[in-house]
Amino acid sequence: MNWGVITPLLIFLIVMFIIGFWANRYVSSSDSFLQEYFLGGRELGGFVLAMTMVATYASAGSFIGGPGIAYTQGLGWVLLSMAQLSTGYFVLMVLGKKFAIMARKYEAITLIDYLKERYKSKWVVLLSAASIIIFLFSAIAAQWVGGGRLIESLTGLPYTTALFIFAVSVLVYVVVGGFRAVAMTEAVQGVVMFIGTLILLIATVMAGGGIPKIMADLSKENPNLITPYGFDGSLSPLYVSSFWILVGVGVVGLPQIAVRAMSYKNSKAMHRALVIGTVVVGFIMLGMHLIGVFARPILPGIEIGDKVMPMLTLKILPPWLAGVVLAAPMAAIMSTVDSLLILVSSAVVKDVYLNYIKPNASDDTVKKVSFWVTAILGVLVFLMALSPPDLIIWLNLFSFGGLEAAFIWPVVLGLYWQTGNKYGAISSMVVGVGSYILLNSYYPNAFGMHTVVLPILLSLIFYVGVSLLTQTSSSKLQLER
Amino acid sequence: MKHKEKANDPRFKIAKKEAYIGIGLVLFNFIWWFGFAYGMGSAPVEKYSYVFGLPAWFFYSCVAGFVVMVILVIVAVKFFFKEVPFEDEVEEGGSQ
Repeated sequence: MNWGVITPLLIFLIVMFIIGFWANRYVSSSDSFLQEYFLGGRELGGFVLAMTMVATYASAGSFIGGPGIAYTQGLGWVLLSMAQLSTGYFVLMVLGKKFAIMARKYEAITLIDYLKERYKSKWVVLLSAASIIIFLFSAIAAQWVGGGRLIESLTGLPYTTALFIFAVSVLVYVVVGGFRAVAMTEAVQGVVMFIGTLILLIATVMAGGGIPKIMADLSKENPNLITPYGFDGSLSPLYVSSFWILVGVGVVGLPQIAVRAMSYKNSKAMHRALVIGTVVVGFIMLGMHLIGVFARPILPGIEIGDKVMPMLTLKILPPWLAGVVLAAPMAAIMSTVDSLLILVSSAVVKDVYLNYIKPNASDDTVKKVSFWVTAILGVLVFLMALSPPDLIIWLNLFSFGGLEAAFIWPVVLGLYWQTGNKYGAISSMVVGVGSYILLNSYYPNAFGMHTVVLPILLSLIFYVGVSLLTQTSSSKLQLER
Repeated sequence: MKHKEKANDPRFKIAKKEAYIGIGLVLFNFIWWFGFAYGMGSAPVEKYSYVFGLPAWFFYSCVAGFVVMVILVIVAVKFFFKEVPFEDEVEEGGSQ
């Protein structure tokens, strides 16, 4: 066991626990447990808001998977990753103030709350909850595996032990502290990710002998590596551009991101978060993926992309600094996982249990149920992660696509287009998710674009079309009231 | 009753405008990114020029693009975005 590396990581974990328990004081003393546990009391300030959005979004994919692919593909993959810059500003601008105001009006704590009030439909709620639970479960498991593997490669502990340590660490502060703990720890994790990226980028450039030399080495090995087209010229402009939807603007439909657009305290916080978020997310994406490319001349011949980042760090940095830097992907994974856990837990507790199973549950009951559901979810994911799947990054992106196809139009058009109604929303969700699953299984990347593009188009057509067609029947109902 | 309040709320006009700004920014971002990447990048590799050691297509589309977008976001927020209160003005119906 390399204690030089592990010590900074341990310190990092302990800080997370402390924050979790600190947040629990708010949970205990709050008069609205649900609002506090699942939404941090709507009190997030600008810096924390920015960090929590970045941290929730940036995950194992950004720190391990992405650089791993960049190692193989070259600068073309870095180009692709820069589509994600838009997540820093687009979501908050588009959902923005109206969403925050409407959510307060509806007293919505979860995204599903918001949809329920907007469409007044049991089916919208149930379909949404089902989508969240199904798609996020696999995403959480994928991240969990990433966390376990990271600890495994750093400590030499067997995978199961590593996984267990990771699971316990995350569950402690999430179960105890709720959303506020999640947001606060993400603020810390965001800073860690930023600093980690900076340190590693500088060290990598130095180890490679400077950027011009690295570029020369790369083009000597394979000139395609420094073109936008990937190592074998197969990254077409259409394919790469289609990622602007999956990991760029489509992100507005992800519940774990949208819920944060409900959680901040005032306009000032939002404005600050826009700037901070854009800077941080852009820097991390650009930096980490460049590191993946630069690593190639320094550490040639690595077969498994996911190993590039940890191996590079351990090779070119002194142990204690490596520990600090490796806290970054750890932070990214934990911060994504904790947000997803809270999200699924809120779907089960608030949107299904409280809505339909036991609406009159006492506060104490709700508290107990929330704690237990979050804990049990964590255990279930742990069990699923025990036999790790092979394709972490693609599992993650699969869940993104499904969620985006389900939620993007009911949320965004629901906000700005009054004519959108529940029939439009329901058909949009069914068509979006259904077509996504079908296309993903039988005809992926149709027309050379990412699989998500067609379902999003289809769900748009259905949302608009069905809403317009059923317009008279729903407005008639309103007149009759 | 809810509908009337919704339609006339002046904050929503502001919010809608800001949403359009978001859309405008992302379109600009995409065009910049695409234009430099595939415009300059489609030249043969031997003819590439380099800025700070990076191929020019990459520098302009990704690095400069990043900086430009940050500046635009700052400008948008500072000059075009307005602060609005989120709480509704509650009509006090007398103390209860």
